[in-house]
Amino acid sequence: MGALRTYSIIGLGSALGGLARYLCGVAVSQWSGQFPWGTLLVNVLGSLVIGCFATLTGPDGRLYVRTTGRQFVMIGICGGFTTFSAFSLETLQLLRAHRPTAALAYVLLSILLGLTAVWAGHIAARKVNR
Amino acid sequence: MTLAALWVFFGSALGGMARYLLSNAVARRIGETFPWGTLLVNVSGCFVIGALAAVTADNGSIAGHLGAREFLAIGFCGGYTTFSSFSLQTLNLVRDGDWRRAGFNVTGSVVACFVATWCGFELVVILSEKMT
Repeated sequence: MGALRTYSIIGLGSALGGLARYLCGVAVSQWSGQFPWGTLLVNVLGSLVIGCFATLTGPDGRLYVRTTGRQFVMIGICGGFTTFSAFSLETLQLLRAHRPTAALAYVLLSILLGLTAVWAGHIAARKVNR
Repeated sequence: MTLAALWVFFGSALGGMARYLLSNAVARRIGETFPWGTLLVNVSGCFVIGALAAVTADNGSIAGHLGAREFLAIGFCGGYTTFSSFSLQTLNLVRDGDWRRAGFNVTGSVVACFVATWCGFELVVILSEKMT
């Protein structure tokens, strides 16, 4: 039952990632005001983690992790932890609240910080690998 | 709050499995030169969350149903869509020197997902206006 096991592993990882995302959101919302810092945080952090883990456990990686382990962390946890839907909805909500500058800033920050984070994670892991 | 967390937990589990199912199916059909699977998953997930947002905003009845928002929006859509895969796949395109596809992935994802969210939202608004 290879497929069943794979789906279960991914489901569990995604569940844990999603729960962590929710808890982060609740914690951050205490002080975040009307800007979606919570989603920004999880997306950037999740990108950092996946960038690092992918390279650390990749072909030239120092860490050996089986396919199921990689799926659990990358597709499961990171996939569940990060979200594109909340990101898009929050952008729309900022626009509907007549805050186009905040909306643009949110998009730019998410993309720039997210992509920088995944790259930084990759670079850090590459250093460890060598 | 604990009950809400449980809804998120199970919703996200389902979302993640659905994401894997779909992106796998796409990868097998179209190949992996470009991350169409992730793009499809993110766009469809954004459409759904846009629609859900309009339902909750309009009359509050869904919001009244304990756990629906946590299960469907935060849970399922949150687990279904992904920013980390998007980031990693963009990075891999850049590492392969494929700046064109990387750029298209970024702008395409942001624009298509935003449009999808907006469409989902407006569709529900229009439908609920027609029904009242």
